[in-house]
Amino acid sequence: MDQRFRGTDSYVATEDLMVAVNASIALQRPLLVKGEPGTGKTILALEIARAIGVPLIQWHIKSTTKAQQGLYEYDAVARLRDSQLGDARVHDIGNYIIPGKLWEAFAADMRPVLLIDEIDKADIEFPNDLLLELDRMEFHVYETKATVVARHRPIVVITSNNEKELPDAFLRRCFFHYIRFPDRETMERIIEVHFPGIQKRLVREALGAFYQIRDVPGLKKKPSTSELLDWIKLLLVEDIPPDALRSKDQRQFIPPLYGALLKNEQDVHLFERLAFIARREDQ
Amino acid sequence: MFINFFFELRKAKLPVSLREYLTLLEAMDAGLADYSVDDFYYLSRSCLVKDESNLDRFDRVFGSVFKGLEPPKEGETLEIPEEWLRKVAERTLTEEEKAMIQALGGWDRLMETLRQRLAEQKGRHQGGSKWIGTGGTSPFGAWGYNPEGVRIGQDRNRNNRAVKVWDRREFRNLDSSVELGTRNIKVALRRLRRFAREGAATQLDLGGTIDATARRGYLDLKMTPERHNAVKVLLFLDVGGSMDPFVQVCEELFSAARSEFKHLEHFYFHNMLYERVWRDNRRRRTEATATWDVLHTYPHDYKVVFVGDASMSPYEILYPGGSVEHWNDEAGHVWMERLLAVYSHAVWLNPMQEGWWDTTVSTRMVRQLLGGRMYPLTLDGLDRAMRELSR
Repeated sequence: MDQRFRGTDSYVATEDLMVAVNASIALQRPLLVKGEPGTGKTILALEIARAIGVPLIQWHIKSTTKAQQGLYEYDAVARLRDSQLGDARVHDIGNYIIPGKLWEAFAADMRPVLLIDEIDKADIEFPNDLLLELDRMEFHVYETKATVVARHRPIVVITSNNEKELPDAFLRRCFFHYIRFPDRETMERIIEVHFPGIQKRLVREALGAFYQIRDVPGLKKKPSTSELLDWIKLLLVEDIPPDALRSKDQRQFIPPLYGALLKNEQDVHLFERLAFIARREDQ
Repeated sequence: MFINFFFELRKAKLPVSLREYLTLLEAMDAGLADYSVDDFYYLSRSCLVKDESNLDRFDRVFGSVFKGLEPPKEGETLEIPEEWLRKVAERTLTEEEKAMIQALGGWDRLMETLRQRLAEQKGRHQGGSKWIGTGGTSPFGAWGYNPEGVRIGQDRNRNNRAVKVWDRREFRNLDSSVELGTRNIKVALRRLRRFAREGAATQLDLGGTIDATARRGYLDLKMTPERHNAVKVLLFLDVGGSMDPFVQVCEELFSAARSEFKHLEHFYFHNMLYERVWRDNRRRRTEATATWDVLHTYPHDYKVVFVGDASMSPYEILYPGGSVEHWNDEAGHVWMERLLAVYSHAVWLNPMQEGWWDTTVSTRMVRQLLGGRMYPLTLDGLDRAMRELSR
């Protein structure tokens, strides 16, 4: 089976990312992806599925999500209600077992991509509860006494924002990749992919301003790739000429439409203060 | 096969286990990194490192274990500039050695052999450094064209890339022993979270409902309160004087702690804890809180965090009247012991580097007072402190 991932026409994958993805596909182990917010962790699973042409099953984790919900849920309340109404379905407990995302992935006809998004949002025990299921790709349904075994081991992509540390036993079973913030060269490729045929000069000026902002010390939230893309989209829509990004005379230190880049009023204040200081030094 | 590499990683305190090593071998066996050192680097990194704070350490170990192992690339190797080698040889070879070259059939013959060797080299990539680097066994090593081996792989590589990937050490600032930003601090503080149910019952307790329903024979709904982070923290911050250089990191710690804990009370002190602390640094003269009141107000299940450099004169700890700012009737250590008697969970975070602590007498004393629970204000230290507090 040659299912090698090489990035797609809408996703620029660096070489190290490709190696990690291909390793996890070939060895059928989960791939754990970390990185700054907005560097394309979630999109990655989407693009892997698209690149090798398989369905994608997404499981978004919240702070209240339990591991069991990914396997199946037993709707006891519905069964209780049916029993009080005298419904015939009540005799088969299987009618009240609702399969979760993991079950769905195990039962798929084709080998799917399973995205477990933001695993760190859940309770600390969550990853531990999924150890065996992800390792052996099977689990036992207690109520019906049946074992669900994966027909095809799904390609599992797990993303984490580092809000909680993941248990060692869980990490040992995964491949790990840290998506670094893209350098200028990669960033230019990413922009080219998203806005084909965009003016080279605009990109150059925008990137210059963008990395300048990222370098400002003390920013609470540095702008990321997704914010840059939004900003460029805005620049295109508003038809801002490249020269407007260039005014290096400090009077316009704040780039136009900066609201797309700075998401925090303290950051905007900081920025304005810096511009003010620069202006004063100018005089 | 890479057992040496594996043990070097363990020696560098990277948490790698046999399981990960076997995964790497399995991946190599599956041909995932054929004949490319870069791919091998990426693959082994993905298999063996599971936390971005370890990436830098991994890069360093990788660099030292596989130094000079970069195999010559096909095609490129055949273009070694002859003058370059000749020049090096002329500079480094003795007359005797030059004579030996002549005996071997002269310079051209030698170059010819070298080319042959390089051509052979293509297939077996890990043999690369052996016959060039170690000297001794091959004519090239023996004559020592270059004291560190001819380094053909590295030098040629310079054509397409200035530094090798792992030598760039791009993950340096993710190493957990360096200082931190707010977000990192928040993550570290989260270790202290302890969820408990309190307040109004708003959520359906399904288990309890089923249980009660089964007992009574009719539908009996049970509710439970929502889960909250129930950890309570008292934060004491040292201000002024020797703490000035650390203002920023303290600010960050404070703002992270504020958003992380629902029950957070903070107080300021100067150098050492005495009979008064204050909440607002600008009005410290007028609106101070008596330390006794603090001890009486907050119950013993509060966890106490001190932040300070603990650098002062030992008198400030040991003697009544030792304070630099006012006359204190009781010595600093008395107040510290009082506080510790109430709150059993307490740590001291010190923004100074851990290595310098022992050079200051007062730091040693404060550390002793706290029973050794002093931690550096780095991500790693914060982590250790939170572990201690949640014990």
